[in-house]
Amino acid sequence: MAARSLPRAPCDEPEGVEPRFGIERRLFIKIAAALTAAMGLPKSAQGAVAGALQTARRPSVIWLQFQECTGCTESLLRAEHPTLEKLILELISLDYHETLMAAAGHQAEAARKSAMAENKGKYILVVEGAIPTKENGVFCKIGGRTAIDLVKETAADAAAVIAIGSCASWGGMPSTTPNPTGASSLQEILGKPVVSIPGCPPNPYNFLTTVVHFLTFGRLPELDKKGRPKFAYGRLIHENCERRAHFDAGRFAIQFGDDGHRQGWCLYKLGCKGPETYANCPQILFGDAGVGTWPVGIGHPCIGCTEKGIGFEKPIHALAELLTVTPPTQFARPAEEQGKGISLASAAAVAAVAGVAVGIGAKVASNLGKHDDQDAAAEAKRDEKNPG
Amino acid sequence: MSASSHAPDQHHGAAPVGGKIWNGFTASLGILIFIMVAVLAMRFLRGLGAVTNMNDGYPWGLWIAYDVVVGSALAAGGFTVAFITYIVNRGEYHPIVRPALLAAMFGYIQAALSVMFDIGRYWEMWHMFWPKYAQVNSVLFEVALCIGTYTMVLMIEFSPVVLEKLGWHRPLKILNKLLFFFVGFGVLLPTMHQSSLGSLLIVLGPQVNPLYQTTMLPLLFLTSCIGMGLAAVVFEGTVSSLAFQRPLEKELLGKLMSVGLWFMAIFLLLRFSDLAYRGALPLAFKPTFVAGWFWFENVLFALPLILIGSPKSRGKRKRLFLAACSMALAGVFYRFGGYLVAYDTGAGWHYFPSVGEIAVTVGLIAFEILAIIIAIRMLPVLPAAGGEKPVVARSSLAARGRVD
Repeated sequence: MAARSLPRAPCDEPEGVEPRFGIERRLFIKIAAALTAAMGLPKSAQGAVAGALQTARRPSVIWLQFQECTGCTESLLRAEHPTLEKLILELISLDYHETLMAAAGHQAEAARKSAMAENKGKYILVVEGAIPTKENGVFCKIGGRTAIDLVKETAADAAAVIAIGSCASWGGMPSTTPNPTGASSLQEILGKPVVSIPGCPPNPYNFLTTVVHFLTFGRLPELDKKGRPKFAYGRLIHENCERRAHFDAGRFAIQFGDDGHRQGWCLYKLGCKGPETYANCPQILFGDAGVGTWPVGIGHPCIGCTEKGIGFEKPIHALAELLTVTPPTQFARPAEEQGKGISLASAAAVAAVAGVAVGIGAKVASNLGKHDDQDAAAEAKRDEKNPG
Repeated sequence: MSASSHAPDQHHGAAPVGGKIWNGFTASLGILIFIMVAVLAMRFLRGLGAVTNMNDGYPWGLWIAYDVVVGSALAAGGFTVAFITYIVNRGEYHPIVRPALLAAMFGYIQAALSVMFDIGRYWEMWHMFWPKYAQVNSVLFEVALCIGTYTMVLMIEFSPVVLEKLGWHRPLKILNKLLFFFVGFGVLLPTMHQSSLGSLLIVLGPQVNPLYQTTMLPLLFLTSCIGMGLAAVVFEGTVSSLAFQRPLEKELLGKLMSVGLWFMAIFLLLRFSDLAYRGALPLAFKPTFVAGWFWFENVLFALPLILIGSPKSRGKRKRLFLAACSMALAGVFYRFGGYLVAYDTGAGWHYFPSVGEIAVTVGLIAFEILAIIIAIRMLPVLPAAGGEKPVVARSSLAARGRVD
């Protein structure tokens, strides 16, 4: 739709897209428009994006996998649009990817080495999976070398480093307490901020959009404090959730399959972590798997997979913290708090009150004791004067 | 009929103590009241949740357990002393009727105020008294109506003191003729709601620990509140005699305490025979917090019997005072025990009063003390000191004219 009104600038003449990407020109333009919108860029940037998609030199990408389930790769390849993975694979030159490459053993290692040498300072390093650190990282080895070794070596000459998925972004599921392998994020291993695309799995569009931004503008998109692109992780799921109106009105599903659940009410009380999770799932959905298909859309509470300390760490049905808005006090509270135990301040207050009371009581008692003594003395005197 | 015809119990004329109201102590009370007002402003603007730790599992917190249940029980001295003086007809207790009524009045005002703080939708409070909305099958309704009525009765009972001060003799005369009715009513009402405060716990059923949960609760609450009320009268009498340098009515207070002792003994007998009858006694020997609390209470209930069991020991001011403290605290802990400690609404629910709640309770107590100090200084409440001529000697609180 958007493509029809697109002005034809010389650079956005997408002549060669059909043979190259195997998709219609119109669809290609649509995807370019979608990517532009996802980056939060104005419509006028569509031309630049489409142009970059066609003309930019395909960057070499080295894709390392450590403590992971290959879910990130799978979600890229099994996206609903058959074109997306094609687009990704056509846009980049994937020189090393253990799942996808035909090479094995020494041949594979050689591919990585040669890609690094040929594109020194220009290649993109993508890391999938957490990196174990305990016992010097022996829990994950490739070609006899630890993950720590490999990632440090490969990252040294990379133009950009991207952590894909929650494991590489913040440790993910492998780092869940008690974290026996000392699974750590890419950022922790390299000791410097890297672009992180958390999610379990992350939406392939978020990855693709980040790459396209790099191709179009020669730099990475704006990032938040945790290294996540702001265009994708700038807002809470809660803010754009399709069930938000039910939250505001105090209509909650209490159990799976109850009336509220069937009617699509808010899942907060089932433990939805939307109110404390930053991700664009409500806008672009979860795995690019079709209309309405994201966890909250199909009736399961968000588990907060993009957030460290929430996904895999907080129990799925534990209540989320409300980070931004809370309903007005006139409304029923979304969840009944179960009350707080004793606090230092209240214990101190009780102790102070008790102390003052006991102090006054003791003072009065001792005062009365003196009066008693006076009485006794007076009585004794009287007895002396009038014996018998 | 006229006051002068009852000279024997008239020699204790009451007089205002006078003196300056503001000093360091009363100013500190003022500060505590100010803190309470600030917390309450938050409570009324932003709701109960903003200030208190109360929740759906513990909808009754400190304000109900202390200010209403304990506060009104400590104020039970009003009706007990009135009963002893006017119905059992012991004129000798006359000098302590006014202080007892004064303390009772402010005790009940405190209870009524804190109910207002505690009700979530306070703007609908009037529904309670509106026949169309009243829930007549509720224990709380009985308590609310009864406490509300009794607070008004207490004010009427105490009003002769104010009328004397103002010198309004005609209304005073009319009131004195009607007062017998209010005194009678004022003895009946507290027995009703003090026992109902126990019934409230029965309604909570198995959420209250079996050590406390029994159908005897109304009787246990009534007997313990009589002891508490008498102990509070003795406490206040002792402290005010020290504070205002008035002679201590030692013999009188000793006699009151011996009445209280009977009720302590009855309470303990009732409590333990009931526990044994229900087979709940073994629970007291389990190493739980509730059991520990239970024994602590019982020690406090029994302590007065040891401290002032003999008539000679009742002549000692210090022992009398300590026994009164123990007797009052026993009831206080018993009520906290039933309403908060032994009350367990299920896994996950917690309650401990927040600093704000404690501040309000402390502020209300400060308000009560300050009001009593001001009243004692300005109104003829305490018996006139020594040979001093009382301001108005002859007209005292006085259903006596009729009841005698």
